[in-house]
Amino acid sequence: MTVDLVTAVLVIGVTAYAVLGGADFGAGFWDLTAGGAQRGARVRGLVKRSMGPVWEANHVWLIFVLVIFWTGFPEAFGAVMSTLYVPLFAAAVGIILRGVAFAVRGEAATIREARGFGATFALSSVLVPFFFGATIGAIASGQVPAPPGGGDPIDSWTNATSLYIGVLAVATGAYLAAVFMAADAVRAGLPDLIRAFRARALGAAAVTGALAIGGILVVREDAPDLYDGLTSGAGLVAVIGSVIAGSVTAALLWRGRFGPARFTSAVAVGAVIVGFALALSPDLLPGVLSLDQAAAGDDTLIPLLACVVIAVVILVPSLTLLYRLTLRGTLDTEFRPIVAADREERP
Amino acid sequence: MPALDLLGGALSALGQANFPSVDQDYLLEARQMQALSLGVHIPLVCFGISFPAIVLFVEGLYLRTGDPVYHQLAKRWSKVMLILFAVGVVTGTILSFELGLLWPEWMAKFGDVFGIAFALEGVSFFVEAIFISIYVYGWDRLSSKTHFKMGIPIVITGFTGSMMVIAVNGWMNQPTGFTLRDGEVVDVQPFAALFNSNLWHELIHMYLAGFIVSGFIVAGVYALARLRGRRDRYHRVALIVPLTVACLATPVQLLVGDWAARTVAENQPTKLAAFEGLDETTKGAGLTLGGVYVDGETYLGITIPDLLSLLAFHDPNATVQGLDAVPESDRPPVGPVRNAFTAMVMIGSALAALAAVYLFVWFRRWRLPRSKWFYRAVVIAGPLSVVALISGWIATEVGRQPWIVYEVMRTSEAVTGADGIPIGYATVAVVYLTLAAVVVWLLRRLARQPVERELPAEVGR
Ligand code: HDD
Ligand code: HEM
Ligand code: HEM
Repeated sequence: MTVDLVTAVLVIGVTAYAVLGGADFGAGFWDLTAGGAQRGARVRGLVKRSMGPVWEANHVWLIFVLVIFWTGFPEAFGAVMSTLYVPLFAAAVGIILRGVAFAVRGEAATIREARGFGATFALSSVLVPFFFGATIGAIASGQVPAPPGGGDPIDSWTNATSLYIGVLAVATGAYLAAVFMAADAVRAGLPDLIRAFRARALGAAAVTGALAIGGILVVREDAPDLYDGLTSGAGLVAVIGSVIAGSVTAALLWRGRFGPARFTSAVAVGAVIVGFALALSPDLLPGVLSLDQAAAGDDTLIPLLACVVIAVVILVPSLTLLYRLTLRGTLDTEFRPIVAADREERP
Repeated sequence: MPALDLLGGALSALGQANFPSVDQDYLLEARQMQALSLGVHIPLVCFGISFPAIVLFVEGLYLRTGDPVYHQLAKRWSKVMLILFAVGVVTGTILSFELGLLWPEWMAKFGDVFGIAFALEGVSFFVEAIFISIYVYGWDRLSSKTHFKMGIPIVITGFTGSMMVIAVNGWMNQPTGFTLRDGEVVDVQPFAALFNSNLWHELIHMYLAGFIVSGFIVAGVYALARLRGRRDRYHRVALIVPLTVACLATPVQLLVGDWAARTVAENQPTKLAAFEGLDETTKGAGLTLGGVYVDGETYLGITIPDLLSLLAFHDPNATVQGLDAVPESDRPPVGPVRNAFTAMVMIGSALAALAAVYLFVWFRRWRLPRSKWFYRAVVIAGPLSVVALISGWIATEVGRQPWIVYEVMRTSEAVTGADGIPIGYATVAVVYLTLAAVVVWLLRRLARQPVERELPAEVGR
């Protein structure tokens, strides 16, 4: 029972990070692909404006996940860290570069500085979700051996499923970001950007959908157990839920209803994560450690759940306040295209 | 509880398998990598601990007086605060990865003992991240009163967050809250682990260090401006506030340092012996002030008889345990520990002297000191306080060696078997160097920006 609850908390954390953090990474993807300094200026400006007030809070979900993971399932955490240290380390370095580049980009005064920081920010925005996705893929496809000792540092995450999920993570982030930013563009009253992000959202929806379907074949070849879990029972229900939410999102996007599309797109992505968890359960490391085996004792899990309750009591109102102020536009800064050398005209 | 039994079984299997034998070269590199990342993180988070309180104090002055200078100052500082917080969060994230990546056995074995502290820390930083965004992006958008209130959670969570991290470090130095049976961790009491006996002095010492470091660094910036002739009201306020904060914290820090030393004398006698370079157990041990310790000898130090016994146990005849009380394999490397400790104490004393000058002039004559030398000293006090901070941590952490969990688990048993450590270490080093360059560049850029001009009318309440 306690194990189930802690597992649920962990899955919620991963889902929140995948949706909120994923969208931030996706924003970096659009920054990367926005085109030359002049053409991309307005897109980049919106990326900055949208992410500014929320990215740190979104990032902290990652910390939440890590902490629940190592406290609730210390042994599995040790095993994952001993095997998948290459992608995890790469992701951690990417996080530093990205956070810093984003924080300081606004201070760039010359086009070269702006390009340097912008490129670092954008590139690491793509690499971080890729490596996290590959890590999840490696865990889900049973690449992490039982402790002690680790699996192969490279082979463990370069199998087809891991690479595929890495790519999928980049794509879903881009998809979510496009939907969210289309809605932000509506709030900012910038018709050209509404059009730009609507097109991007629809395109990303198509690509992500195609990837999801094509990926099923990859997983069937490479990780048959995971495939079985995703195509039967509760796993299947979640996958179907995701397909429905994705289709609704596409329809909403088509009709320009971006507000509700925010929520349905988040559901579409969240359902996939939940589907993965359901497909894996009752295992945590497939074929090696079940959730029950990996879990810490009740002596730890019960206080941990108590902490989660405290967290909910404190965090839900705080986050609600943040997102309400954000959606209401209270925290919006002035929209300013990023072309660099704009420092002098600041208010 | 079957789950617990299984876990226990798995853990004892882990124990029997002998921890993967690790190349000692990598152990050293893993330690250095950990130390490097902490050394980058900690000075940054000093600002996370103390700067919100300072900024909020200035905003409070604005609310009481309506003087726009306070508003300008608080707003400008809050932007610096946001950037430093952001960098603190990402460097902290690297740390939490490293704890797992470098010391997986430590995590696997004790993650459930101290994990609760990290969970609460995570909650704190979450709340801090939320309100810092609202605070910084909410200037002039929320009513003044609401805006001020949005700052309060930042101050509180800065404290609770650091308290939780330090609880873990205190636990590593004074492990409690679990029982070790045949190498298995059983009977876990996370809250007893959290409130260990090292927590309180470490917490208060670190919290004060936060105010000392950020106070002197910020004051240093404006002291430099003053030396260059900028003496308007804005610069005056910007100098006085952080300088007063730092100067009030420093003398208290000496008292807390004494408390810390007495706790160490009691709980970790070997560490204390390393602090003092005391080879043999001595009755009425003397204290060597200053000096540099090389290969078992202290050069240039002044030894005062009986003082160590007096300080550590408040009795000049007390017996102080020396390094010889434990086998060589259980001793920390004395050189770095002793030199780091000496550096901290000397810098602490020097800063306290500086603080005394300032406080004397301020409270007796109600003005700032006039001497240029005073301001030059303030400029170097900032970097020096960072050196004291890092030295204190080196003394604490290296002084704990060879244990990662004091007298329970050796660092060599905790380290990862991964052979990519040198590559990781090099990467992290390059990243931090870049980071340092960027931060310096950025702060200089901010300092050069003209102060935002604000008319009282547009400030509005
Ligand atoms: C601005 C920073 C600063 C200053 C001026 C001082 N310290 Fe310190 N000291 C630290 C910053 C620090 C710290 C934050 O780096 C440490 C590391 C662990 C801790 O709790 O605080 C520390 C640790 C530390 C310890 C080890 C605690 C342990 O292992 O549990 C002792 C015994 C002292 N200090 C003693 C002193 C004395 C006697 C000082 C004054 C003369 C002093 N410190 C000034
Ligand atoms: C307000 C101040 C601070 C901020 C904003 C801050 C920020 C962070 C963040 C965001 C993390 C990752 C969080 C996590 O994994 O739970 C972290 C980790 C860490 N911090 Fe800090 N920190 C602060 C104070 C401190 C202090 C005072 C210390 C030590 C003296 C410290 C030492 C560490 C360590 C060892 C870790 C890695 C362990 C962990 O994952 O929690 N931090 N910090
Ligand atoms: C407060 C939370 C902290 C935690 C949980 C923590 C944890 C650790 C761990 C796991 C290690 C590696 C094992 C070992 O060598 O013992 C370590 C080593 C080390 N830490 Fe800490 N640490 C903390 C704070 C700090 C801070 C703030 C510093 C400041 C610089 C620091 C300096 C070091 C150093 C120098 C080592 C290397 C020891 C050696 O090479 O012998 N630690 N710490």
